[in-house]
Amino acid sequence: MIWELDLVILILVIIAAIGAIQVKDLLGCAILFGAYSFLMCLLWAIMGAVDVSFTEASVGAGVSTVFFVAAVFRTTRRTKD
Amino acid sequence: MKAIGLIIVVLVGALLLYSTEDFPSWGDPASPASVHVAAHHLKKAIPETSVPNVVTAVLADYRGYDTMFETSVIFCAGLGCFVLLRLFKKRDDDSYYRHVATGITLHIKKDKIPDASSEFERIDTLWTPYDLIVKNVCRILAPFVQLFALYVIAHGHHSPGGGFQGGVILGASVILIAISHDMRTALGRISEKTVHILMAVGVLIYSGIGALCILMGRNFLDYAALSRILFTDKIEARSLGIFGVEVGVGITVMAVMISIYNNLSSEGRQDEGL
Repeated sequence: MIWELDLVILILVIIAAIGAIQVKDLLGCAILFGAYSFLMCLLWAIMGAVDVSFTEASVGAGVSTVFFVAAVFRTTRRTKD
Repeated sequence: MKAIGLIIVVLVGALLLYSTEDFPSWGDPASPASVHVAAHHLKKAIPETSVPNVVTAVLADYRGYDTMFETSVIFCAGLGCFVLLRLFKKRDDDSYYRHVATGITLHIKKDKIPDASSEFERIDTLWTPYDLIVKNVCRILAPFVQLFALYVIAHGHHSPGGGFQGGVILGASVILIAISHDMRTALGRISEKTVHILMAVGVLIYSGIGALCILMGRNFLDYAALSRILFTDKIEARSLGIFGVEVGVGITVMAVMISIYNNLSSEGRQDEGL
């Protein structure tokens, strides 16, 4: 484990997490969640858990981002009721 | 109210950080997890199951029950999305058609929908650019994505991967078709009915292999019992049993991903999506 790389990715994870909470736009939030998942995937890979990292990359960064975007696509600016 | 929330979050965070002090450090050989169980699996996985990737051996053989119920959880997630989102009511808006040769868009009233022909194609109401490059690149890419997914499922014994990852990638290839073309094209390739049958078939394959082991006179999911059907020794039978189980997981995960995407992006109507 290279600790410099680890530190950089950990900081980026925290930035992505805070950004996902703070950002107003839902689509931006979905993209930030994707970035967060991908950074977590890098962290797993650094720690040697390649299977977990693969799952995180395909499920977390891949399909769940698509699900978020698909759900955001069906929302409207203002509520109807 | 906001201040109280902040205080609670900071307190809980501090408690969590404090409690991580008690955890063994990363990669500690003296930690309880790596003393008893992990050592046994690392030593015995290849002689007992002939699967070099220990993660796969633990996931599908030593902890077979866990994985079976994980598959059931994914199946239930797909069913839950279906029950919550699916609407069997047709959209009562007007629909839009494009004349393929000229690219002219036609706005057609509800009850004057033309017969199916190759001259007109139906397009989505919300977002329908005429994207030749995206469509064709994704159409060419999809088979390679599927091939890679099959490799991930089949090669899970030797390298990272397995049913879950491969199934997600298989589902993603169909979702790619649905995003780049439209949902009706993807549903033409793999219909809603097929998806729902496949969802159940995967779980059935997994539990069926387990039940077959009982029929052959051993415990549930003890793949060594399959050696008499497969005409191999017990070790090789366990390896093949793991493969069969992974295929079941892959089928269920693929079908559930497609089903959730279809229901989410079309508001449960399954006619026009993202």
